[in-house]
Amino acid sequence: MQALYAQLLVGLINGSFYALLSLGLAVIFGMLNIINFAHGALYMMGAFCAYFLLSLTGIGYWWALVFAPIIVGIFGMILERTMLQWLAGLDHLYGLLLTFGLALIIQGLFQNYFGSSGLPYAIPDYPKVGSWNGLQGGINLGFMYLPIYRGWVVIFSLIVCIGTWYLIERTRLGAYLRAATENPTLVRAFGINVPRMITLTYGLGVGLAALAGVLSAPINQVRPLMGENVIIVVFAVVVIGGMGSIMGSIITGFALGVIEGMTKYFYPEASNTVVFVLMVLVLLVKPTGLTGKAA
Amino acid sequence: MTALTDDTIPVTPRAIRDEMIAFAIMTAMLAIVPFTGIYPFFVMQALCFALLACAFNLLIGYGGLLSFGHAMFLGTAGYVSGHALKVWGLSPELGILAGTAASAGLAVITGLVAIRRQGIYFAMITLALSQLLYFIYLQAPFTHGEDGIQGIPQGHLFFFLDLSKPTVLYYVVLAGFLAGFLLIFRTINSPFGEVLKAIRENEPRAISLGYKTDQYKLLAFILSGTLAGLAGALKVFVAQNASLTDVEVGMSGQIVLMTLVGGLGTIFGPVVGAFIIIAMQQYLASFGQWVQVIQGVIFVACVLLFRRGIIGEIAHYLKRSL
Repeated sequence: MQALYAQLLVGLINGSFYALLSLGLAVIFGMLNIINFAHGALYMMGAFCAYFLLSLTGIGYWWALVFAPIIVGIFGMILERTMLQWLAGLDHLYGLLLTFGLALIIQGLFQNYFGSSGLPYAIPDYPKVGSWNGLQGGINLGFMYLPIYRGWVVIFSLIVCIGTWYLIERTRLGAYLRAATENPTLVRAFGINVPRMITLTYGLGVGLAALAGVLSAPINQVRPLMGENVIIVVFAVVVIGGMGSIMGSIITGFALGVIEGMTKYFYPEASNTVVFVLMVLVLLVKPTGLTGKAA
Repeated sequence: MTALTDDTIPVTPRAIRDEMIAFAIMTAMLAIVPFTGIYPFFVMQALCFALLACAFNLLIGYGGLLSFGHAMFLGTAGYVSGHALKVWGLSPELGILAGTAASAGLAVITGLVAIRRQGIYFAMITLALSQLLYFIYLQAPFTHGEDGIQGIPQGHLFFFLDLSKPTVLYYVVLAGFLAGFLLIFRTINSPFGEVLKAIRENEPRAISLGYKTDQYKLLAFILSGTLAGLAGALKVFVAQNASLTDVEVGMSGQIVLMTLVGGLGTIFGPVVGAFIIIAMQQYLASFGQWVQVIQGVIFVACVLLFRRGIIGEIAHYLKRSL
């Protein structure tokens, strides 16, 4: 049973990353009509950003959680201003091709300088409160041993996901955003700067990817190709969940992570493929995705 | 929304004549390659990828369907042909047939799944399906995992053509390429091709005119996958191995890049693009990951500045269909 719970936890953690990444993809797709193929590369940049902050300036994990998404988000906004904005009005497929090229460039450059092996990034050992040593160590829950860092990743990701949902579905800014998704021309006529909102939205989606990267750095190490396979799984997640609903992306992300973890326990040979097989099944039964509207 | 290929020149006798002239020039140039001293291995490899890119272009350029997983047909045909030749000891013609048929079967299955969504989703689904196959081939015993199938025998085609001789092999590969190319050329200019273009331009209208668009798309997907399989089977005789790199996402990306560089929806563009990208890989092989960076830059440059591709620009300038 210990092994089952351990795989369940691994599944929840992967699910957190899937949820954060597919959420970002859905937000970006809603505003820009672009499937961001560079999302995996930007996730990797988030992890590298945390690594550089620590090794070059001594800025630790907690501040990296704030700064890395902002830095990578600004990088994303520059990409949007200089390149992606010129694709408005063209076929959606060009956005996919352009961001695929960007992913090749970013991953190729990082591989040139850092090879393919992983760089270590330690779990933070501060603040020290009583017997707690930052996020290091673990607690015995009776039925399983829970490493504190892993529990933290799941809970924190959940909070960020819900926060993003709240921002988009329940605030005035989110209302502008949803309105601009429906009809940008009309929203512009009301005096709202839609191009700036598009840039900020891209920054937000990219920032979420970078945040996932920082969270994964202590677990998966920092590797130039860490986003290469993840992004394809996240595409399958997006196809399964449909991109119409924010909450749908979050739930599908977590659920598929858990299913993948369970598969690792019951039938390890299929753990790499289970998400894709589920995608095929969903397409055969409900082609629009579980929560999606017809595209 | 602007369609992917904005220069839709109607099929006229003049357009067909221009294309026939261009085809004759291309065939003549390719036919004299063994007498020029150009390294035949390079041209053979480029021809296989040219056929692959042409098959891919049939879907994107004429059906508006971007497949981001076409490497799965290349890899599947390569593995099946390689296995049939080496382990079962089949003759070359049967080996090619086995590989092509395997890709055709795969295209039927994946096509039935993928055509259930359009546009951007179609690209993501084909990508995910090819990744699914990648993991299957990684674990299946007959592919030998990371090692791949090595040292595949070339044998004698129809008992008398010795494929281990480079010149003989060259003309066999060229014949295979030309056969596939002509089939695609014929398809594009057939009533079936016209319906495909109609679906690309406006699918709801094609449906309202009574066309069962799903059947057309599926048939185009199967045809494209089968011809991509033929390219994969021919490549086995050139490279004499079948490995995981042929199934990877990066390979699918290269197929897209070749077609994009040459010109989406042009007849000769994918051929030119394939030769350019393969040549680039040969010359830059020593630069390691820089090749990937350069390919990324070409992708970005093509999408931002150069959407018609090389042949597309020339055709636009000459106001001809190429």
